[in-house]
Amino acid sequence: MRPRWLSGLAAHAVLLGYSLLVLFPIVLVFQNSFKDQMAIFAEPLRPPTPETFSLEGYRTLFEVANFPRYFLNSLTVTVASLFLIVFLGAMAGFALAEYRFRLNTFLSLYLALGIMVPIRLGTVGLLRLMAAWHMVNTLTALVLVYTAMGLPLSIFVLSRFFAQLPPDFKDAARVDGASEYRVFWMVLPLVRPALGTVAAISMIPIWNDLWFPLILAPSDRTKTIVLGAQVFLGQFLNDWQAVLAALSLAMIPAVLLYLVFSKQLIRGLTAGAVK
Amino acid sequence: MEHAMKRKPFPWHLVVFLAPAVLVYTVFMIYPMVASLTFSLFQDAGNGRQVFVGLGNYVRLLTDPLWRDPFWNAFRNNLIFFAVHMTVQNPVALLLAALLVTRVRGAWIYRTVIFTPAILSAVLIGFAWKLILSPTWGIWLPLLDRLGLGDNEVAVALLGNPSSALLTLSLISVWQNVGIPMMLFLAALIRVPRELVEAAQVDGATGWRVFWNVQFPLILPTVGIVAILTFIGNFNAFDLIYATQGALAGPNFATDILGTFFFRTFFGFQLRPGDPHMGATVAGVMLLIILTGVLLYLYGWQRRVGEVQY
Repeated sequence: MRPRWLSGLAAHAVLLGYSLLVLFPIVLVFQNSFKDQMAIFAEPLRPPTPETFSLEGYRTLFEVANFPRYFLNSLTVTVASLFLIVFLGAMAGFALAEYRFRLNTFLSLYLALGIMVPIRLGTVGLLRLMAAWHMVNTLTALVLVYTAMGLPLSIFVLSRFFAQLPPDFKDAARVDGASEYRVFWMVLPLVRPALGTVAAISMIPIWNDLWFPLILAPSDRTKTIVLGAQVFLGQFLNDWQAVLAALSLAMIPAVLLYLVFSKQLIRGLTAGAVK
Repeated sequence: MEHAMKRKPFPWHLVVFLAPAVLVYTVFMIYPMVASLTFSLFQDAGNGRQVFVGLGNYVRLLTDPLWRDPFWNAFRNNLIFFAVHMTVQNPVALLLAALLVTRVRGAWIYRTVIFTPAILSAVLIGFAWKLILSPTWGIWLPLLDRLGLGDNEVAVALLGNPSSALLTLSLISVWQNVGIPMMLFLAALIRVPRELVEAAQVDGATGWRVFWNVQFPLILPTVGIVAILTFIGNFNAFDLIYATQGALAGPNFATDILGTFFFRTFFGFQLRPGDPHMGATVAGVMLLIILTGVLLYLYGWQRRVGEVQY
């Protein structure tokens, strides 16, 4: 048998190597966004020095594109969608887990369809619907679509968490005359970790989506940060400083959110997949 | 009052709890899907009228050379895209998870770092790699020189050559998403009882043998989940290709997949106007492909493997 420290070393070598492969492009983009054009091309691998430091890219970015606005749009859409996904999902998940009624199985299956079927495939119908309701180029349209997209998994995961709660607590409340709504409010804090994980896993595809902003809300007023970055990158293809600055600026909020929510996210990712 | 006591009151709370979610889901997910499928059975008859053509649009998509060739091209490219994820992304993810589960020091740091690209938009990832692989910046030209590939046209412009662009983009997508299957595999491996692993080690099995004979068979259900999630994600992909190669999925449609083909069909490109009916038809075929995959998974895989207990 090989000595244990040797196989440990091999594991570290592989993991470290892969981590470097992951970090290299991100660090490369980030560090070069603070350099002048010459230095970007002459020595891309070197971090910025006082001589090569430049914020020209960021200046162009703020002069030409309304990034604070895009950021705010992304934030609005994501927060509103997550609130609806978690809250409506909790209500529905609670009902499906708590009550026996005739349509229960049917509704559970009906709602679970959306876990497997991508909502993008209904885009033709969705765009016609939004156009008929004069909701094209509104953030509301995005919020409603993302809510519909996130609800199936949210309901599925939350109903399983509600089902695991012991019944005594709820029954005691009912004996005391609590309404069903009160019972719901009382058990909601008990599944708080699950609400967090659902929010965390639902967040990434919403924040990062290009498809629906591009199709439903492409106006400059309603652009999300991903679409804003995409358009800007296409226009400023040859201004490397601006392009690198745009990439870095668009990455930062996502990375910060990730560092804050990584625990919920990782738990959610694994909870959602457990059969 | 007496009446109300005797008869069970209508369960209004059920409606209050369920209606909002069911309504939003039905109006913005199920209805558009059904409307889109219906729409694919019609065609414009001019002056704003529509005529029912049955499966005519589907026949056209699969037989008319104008549609057939780009469709099969996109389908074939999509299959290659999927094959690369299955043969590179998922095995690498499994390897990383198998290493992480041995409780190496700093496992959570590795885990957090490797997952990072998965939380970033494919637009940003695609563009970052486009810059890195660009011959203009030439970051890796010195490396190519050392490998003796400095004059190789394909190696110098990986994203610009039809022979290498699709494979390169597939690998970029793998690089971005490998953290997701890694986490799923890791979660499954953690649930394998330690006693089983330790018992095998006591019997003198090496790490390699323990993994394949004890751990891997127990995480087969997760292998299936990862495969079907990869399949759905890949046959629905769009952002990365659109961000790096544009709606035309160049060079010369070499990186066109069903998502970009759907987008172009629906919205048009260059001189060709968009055709919502044919767009809905392409979406209908994509739905069929994804449903086929899901059914194969549910009946072919999960039924046989799903009962593994531990």
